[in-house]
Amino acid sequence: MTRKLALNSTPCAITRRRFSAGAGAAGLLLAVAPFGRVRAQGGALKVGVLLPRSGAQAAIGQDCQRAVEIAPGILKDLGLPGIAIMNADTETSVDVARSRAEKLIADGAQLLVGAFDSGASTAIAQVAEQKGVPFVINIAAAPPITEQGYKFVFRNFPTAPMILSDAFANQKELFTTTGMTPKSVVFMHVNDTFGTSMAQSLPGLLPKFNVPYQIVETISYDPTARDLSVEVAKAKASGGEALLMVSRLNDAILITRELVKQRWNPKAVLSMGPGWYEDQYLKTLGKLGDGPLSFVPWYDPNKKLTKQLATAFAKPYPGINLNTNQVFTFEALLIAADAFKRASSSDPKALADAIRTTNITDNVSIGPGIQFDAKGQNDKLKNAAIQNRGGKLITVAPGFASDGKAELPMQPYDKRG
Amino acid sequence: MPAEIYLNVAVSGLLTGLVYGLMALGLSVIFGVVRVVNFAHGEMTTIAMYIAITLFSALRLDPLVMMVPIAAVLFAFGYALQAGIINPFINRPEHSQFILLVAIAIIIVNLLLIVFGPDARSVQTSYAYDSFQIGALIVDATKVYAGVATILVAAALFAFFRFTLIGKAIRACADNYTGALVVGLDVKRLYALTFGLGAACVGAAGAMLVLLVDVTPALGPAYTLLGFIIVITGGLGSMPGALIGGLLIGLTEAMAGLFFAPSAKSMFSFGLLVLVLLFRPQGILGRRVA
Amino acid sequence: MMARLIEGVPRRALVLLALLLAGLIVAPWLANDYLITTLILILYFAYTGQAWNVMMGFAGQLSLGHAIYVGLGGYASAALFVHFGIAPWLGLIAAVAVAVACGAIIGFLAFRFRVGGVYFAILTIAFAEFARIGFDHLSWVGASSGFFLPVANYSRSDLWNLRGSPTMFYYVILALTVGAFVLCHALLKSRMGHYWQAIREDEVAARSLGINTFRYKMYAVVISAGMTSVAGVFFAFYYNNLFPEQVFSIGRSIELILSPVIGGIGTLFGPIVGAFLLTGLSEAMQNLLSQLGIDVPGAKQVFYGLCLLAVVLAVPEGVWPWLKRGVGLKGEST
Repeated sequence: MTRKLALNSTPCAITRRRFSAGAGAAGLLLAVAPFGRVRAQGGALKVGVLLPRSGAQAAIGQDCQRAVEIAPGILKDLGLPGIAIMNADTETSVDVARSRAEKLIADGAQLLVGAFDSGASTAIAQVAEQKGVPFVINIAAAPPITEQGYKFVFRNFPTAPMILSDAFANQKELFTTTGMTPKSVVFMHVNDTFGTSMAQSLPGLLPKFNVPYQIVETISYDPTARDLSVEVAKAKASGGEALLMVSRLNDAILITRELVKQRWNPKAVLSMGPGWYEDQYLKTLGKLGDGPLSFVPWYDPNKKLTKQLATAFAKPYPGINLNTNQVFTFEALLIAADAFKRASSSDPKALADAIRTTNITDNVSIGPGIQFDAKGQNDKLKNAAIQNRGGKLITVAPGFASDGKAELPMQPYDKRG
Repeated sequence: MPAEIYLNVAVSGLLTGLVYGLMALGLSVIFGVVRVVNFAHGEMTTIAMYIAITLFSALRLDPLVMMVPIAAVLFAFGYALQAGIINPFINRPEHSQFILLVAIAIIIVNLLLIVFGPDARSVQTSYAYDSFQIGALIVDATKVYAGVATILVAAALFAFFRFTLIGKAIRACADNYTGALVVGLDVKRLYALTFGLGAACVGAAGAMLVLLVDVTPALGPAYTLLGFIIVITGGLGSMPGALIGGLLIGLTEAMAGLFFAPSAKSMFSFGLLVLVLLFRPQGILGRRVA
Repeated sequence: MMARLIEGVPRRALVLLALLLAGLIVAPWLANDYLITTLILILYFAYTGQAWNVMMGFAGQLSLGHAIYVGLGGYASAALFVHFGIAPWLGLIAAVAVAVACGAIIGFLAFRFRVGGVYFAILTIAFAEFARIGFDHLSWVGASSGFFLPVANYSRSDLWNLRGSPTMFYYVILALTVGAFVLCHALLKSRMGHYWQAIREDEVAARSLGINTFRYKMYAVVISAGMTSVAGVFFAFYYNNLFPEQVFSIGRSIELILSPVIGGIGTLFGPIVGAFLLTGLSEAMQNLLSQLGIDVPGAKQVFYGLCLLAVVLAVPEGVWPWLKRGVGLKGEST
């Protein structure tokens, strides 16, 4: 590569360069300065939605985004006031989440929704609390977020202990109705934020619920594991009758494949987290994907709004099952619109007060409806048990919110055509 | 724990390690000759995997069969990258090379995200769930096929470097840069060729990896790191070393996962790496660099 | 002492420096919170870049696992605060001690066993990954489910406990960055600074002159580690949560070195210029894309990568040396 000849250093040249350097700096600052200052207070509510649409959690963030796309239409049909969505990508990074939240508020967002990841949600919560802008968390299970005494942070999603408690309750219900109870289980969990939260809450809750099985082995694995053959081999060798899981999507697929290849047929797969019911799982594994039970926050298939959401969802996204990501993202926006209607103002403080007194019984998730306790947590949420069957998801428990019966024990993999 | 589990895990680890070794082979070739630290190695592997998936979903052709065309595409990519962008950086300090390749890696990862989306993709071959049973040993069929393919590719590569004129020329460049110039070798072209060859290895490895692992755009960095661990353990610039390194790392990780907490099994690879760096930096089969 | 520091620096540079400093001091009055958050990020990267620069630019050792010091500093001070109620300014001592110990171990192992260049870089990556996985299993600090610091009232600024508004944090990081700048300048001018430059230029020649290269390289590593750990303390108390996956990750290590490498290794202003440029670039891209209505996840990063590529190809020795010539400054190591 040839060297560029240095231009002579006449005073003119330096001044020009200095000028362009200065102009460049000014331009950079202008570009960074927020455009679109806050406009008049009337009109639609400006809701900033923060999701990890790129980076490690891109798949989940983009899944949640689907609900954001269809929400405004449904909310209008329900007679709720309009909301204007401002999208932001947290890039699965805490720094970026915080910056984006600040930027959204500077650009006039009156309410924030997000952010799936517990780390990002914590960072955004701090910004929201500081600025006095309400923040409705769609999905994040780490307990500490609502233990900080925040006045502007609300979470319409169960905490890890809540998910576990309902999981055990539902399991016992299913064991009774199907007549199959495993005596021993192997507990496998992914070693990330969610998996470890669940694993940490487990020992405290087991004795309370009198679960009928023993955990004979606990195996934790790296979320970025490329190969889970060793883990599954260990699980198989432990002699457990069933598999108790907390995993993510990729590991769910990997583990199932290993179960088939290593010829181990657990009587049941009891998953207390994402992965085993997701579209990608069902599509990739086909018939081999049937059978696992997932104990997750879910929609109530018998509620009116659920059917409305499912119909609206099926149009732009045919072939994709409605799942946790979309349900709770939608409900977060529902909360925002509902609060806006009751507060009759887009002043953040009024909105926060309105959210605190939320009582939406005509909602999608299971339970008496959306209400918040003093800490800003919806502690009335109930979790369901769903089972994969023929590429579809059947809600099998709790009884009052189900649309099918469970099939246990799980059909052995080598007998599935 | 029953005895056969150790055998099963060990065999599985060795076979997987073999395929990782092939990926690392590309890195070894590139670093051994061109002396560029390719921090975009994992991303190149990811590109190869996505190509395999696209071809499979479009043409229904088995990745093992598609290995050759995919390697060819990656060869072209590597050649162009080296000749076009990387060449001026060969004699620059490592940190410059590093940032250059990091920038390339960022571009690749996010382009893949935009084009293919974030969902994990995979290839479902007819033999995807087959396994061979020999007594108490249950071996995953896919891993066996991939392992065999790796050995064939590696053998072809060794033969190339041993017996062809170009191969010898490349080795000359690696051994003595000035000498090669003196003898009249077109070093720039040979460097580009070598980078291309390294990329072709990555292409072949990627085609095989797609049978074992699901692809996401963010898969790259883990493989880059793995590649470096293997290459340094086995010996930078030594091709058999890369394969041996792969086998060793595959085995270590598998056994560590079995004996200790699987979530900590990578720690053993890193521990091994540190030990090698301290006590035998040229790696197991490498030659001591002056 | 001030006079000795200033001597040799061209008048023009001092003026520009003073202007910049003045601008930064009054920024919170003129800027909104989003800009302050962005500036905090810029100064954070300028600070960590400066700390990394001590090891690389001054002693020529490429560390690609520098996030380990940030993590150690953060976790040490956070753990002391949460479990024992010890204020961060005291916890800082522990943070620096831990990081210095770690740096000493890495440096000792590397230099004693003559691990250099790329191998040293890989060694640092291995240590950082080791720490990441290790902390993932350390339940005393939350393991992989994260370590949360209790968040307190924002209206009062409690400087001692580092609880307060972004403006307070802004001044803290500004003070740190200025301090680092002055410290590095002083170090460079000192005898040790000259030894470092000699080692960087030609280690064998330096040794033949009688310089104890092992000792001075160790000093560089240890000072760099200590300085970086202070950034870790800041990080922990600013974000109020720590996850091993995010704090020790190689992505963080890479982020850390982008500013000084793009800005100019071995120069004092390099990390600062680099930090402004990169963060400014990132935010500007974000703004541009949203103004254009392009809402494709990943698009911003692609453009960012392209810009990075362009900068590395066009000005391989760094933006600051190039800028310096343009602005008409000549000077040795600024």
